[in-house]
Amino acid sequence: KRIQTLETRDLKSSLANGGCGECQTKTSGVANQKCENCN
Amino acid sequence: MIHQFKLNGYNIVLDPCSGSVHNVDDLAYDVIELYKNKTTEEIVNFLLKKYASNSEITKQEILDCIDDVKQLEAQGKLFTKDVYENHAFDFKNRNTIVKALCLHVAHTCNLNCEYCFASQGKYHGDRALMSFEVGKRALDFLIENSGTRRNLEVDFFGGEPLMNWSVVKKLVEYARSVEKKYNKNFRFTLTTNGMLINDDVIEFSNKEMSNVVLSLDGRKQINDYSRKTITGVGSYDIIVPKFKKLVEARGGKNYYMRGTFTHRNVEFTKDILHMADLGFKELSMEPVVCDPNDEFALTKKDLPILKEQYELLAKEMIKRNKEGNGFTFYHYMIDLKGGPCIYKRISGCGSGTEYMAVTPWGDLYPCHQFVGDEKYKLGDIFNGVTNTQVRDEFKLCNAYAREKCKDCWAKLYCSGGCAANSYHSTGDITGIYEYGCELFKKRIECAIMIKVAEEFNGNNIWRKIR
Repeated sequence: KRIQTLETRDLKSSLANGGCGECQTKTSGVANQKCENCN
Repeated sequence: MIHQFKLNGYNIVLDPCSGSVHNVDDLAYDVIELYKNKTTEEIVNFLLKKYASNSEITKQEILDCIDDVKQLEAQGKLFTKDVYENHAFDFKNRNTIVKALCLHVAHTCNLNCEYCFASQGKYHGDRALMSFEVGKRALDFLIENSGTRRNLEVDFFGGEPLMNWSVVKKLVEYARSVEKKYNKNFRFTLTTNGMLINDDVIEFSNKEMSNVVLSLDGRKQINDYSRKTITGVGSYDIIVPKFKKLVEARGGKNYYMRGTFTHRNVEFTKDILHMADLGFKELSMEPVVCDPNDEFALTKKDLPILKEQYELLAKEMIKRNKEGNGFTFYHYMIDLKGGPCIYKRISGCGSGTEYMAVTPWGDLYPCHQFVGDEKYKLGDIFNGVTNTQVRDEFKLCNAYAREKCKDCWAKLYCSGGCAANSYHSTGDITGIYEYGCELFKKRIECAIMIKVAEEFNGNNIWRKIR
């Protein structure tokens, strides 16, 4: 194969869950935030 | 929209709106690049010419590759459309709860760091210590405004919070005493310069603090140039032994050693590696936030060097990890398999709505970097948020609030970035701090590359064409 796809969370399907709000909120994003239900 | 980049021998294609990441060979990389702008015939002709010296690349090979790309597009893993902006998000009307407070227990400091955004801990105001009564009211405010959320986060911040240690301890004890009654779980963080760490601080912190952030700028000469005591003595020799003792007592977990790099140490990877060599394994190093006219401010000429440094760091981390001597870097710790959902990615960092800073006398600000700027005062812990205009401004502060961000591949990783950096660089919280964007994008590329390298165990088998 010429294309290898990593296993990743599908962001579009996370649209359906409405956002549980359990995610966390010093000088520089959201990429590495923790959430009890997500990770 | 897709984003393609080559790094450390990997050809990586990111599909930002689905979150998909692909590791591809050279032919697939080229096909994907041409796919949306050329016909199938044009792609085949162009690539047959490009790879004329490679007998493995035939017309059929190229057609098969185009077919693979088509399939990925059909599966929603390539060229995914941005459907989030038009989704029925009404940020202004969404109900937000307060999840976290940054408690400024001390507006004073025992260090005199030249780049301190808090103006040596005073935040451009008077020296002050938070009383237990104000702190207790702040915790009650958090409980009252947190809805049904169980986990509440409180960061003891300053200035230097250890200069008000007895109040910190009493506040933790108070919070623990009411947890059960309100069905809450407090997670405390302590951010300290380390000067006043002693056995009592170590024992109490290791029992009660979920996370401890320790400030060190790396190599002794770098740290001591910026981080001096009031009498001008470098802090390195005082704090490093204390940090070692604290981290060892914590079992080497649940801490961050956090440094700041400036124009004086653009080769900041050396400082990160120095901290790793000292035995600290949970690391973070941040670009200085300051007036562009300050002599230590990062310059345009520094930018390519800094980007190269992030790449060097990523490569060194992979190498050390293989050797069994790995360490973590805060910005490279992204979770591709279970990272934040789309709602979090769109709504931003939470400052001014879910997260607020509390001054020693109980005023509320959107975050610690706005403290002292009167026009951003939200209210106070006694009367709640009264400046709803500012709160609503922050509710709308996200990736879609900035026209220029709409076509940026990184917007679902930064969610528009740091409001304070935007404000301090452009005068508008929805402005764009271009310098910070450049660094952020490089960090995300490096973080994704590390994930790709981990997945393939360091062996990129997809480079068969080279």
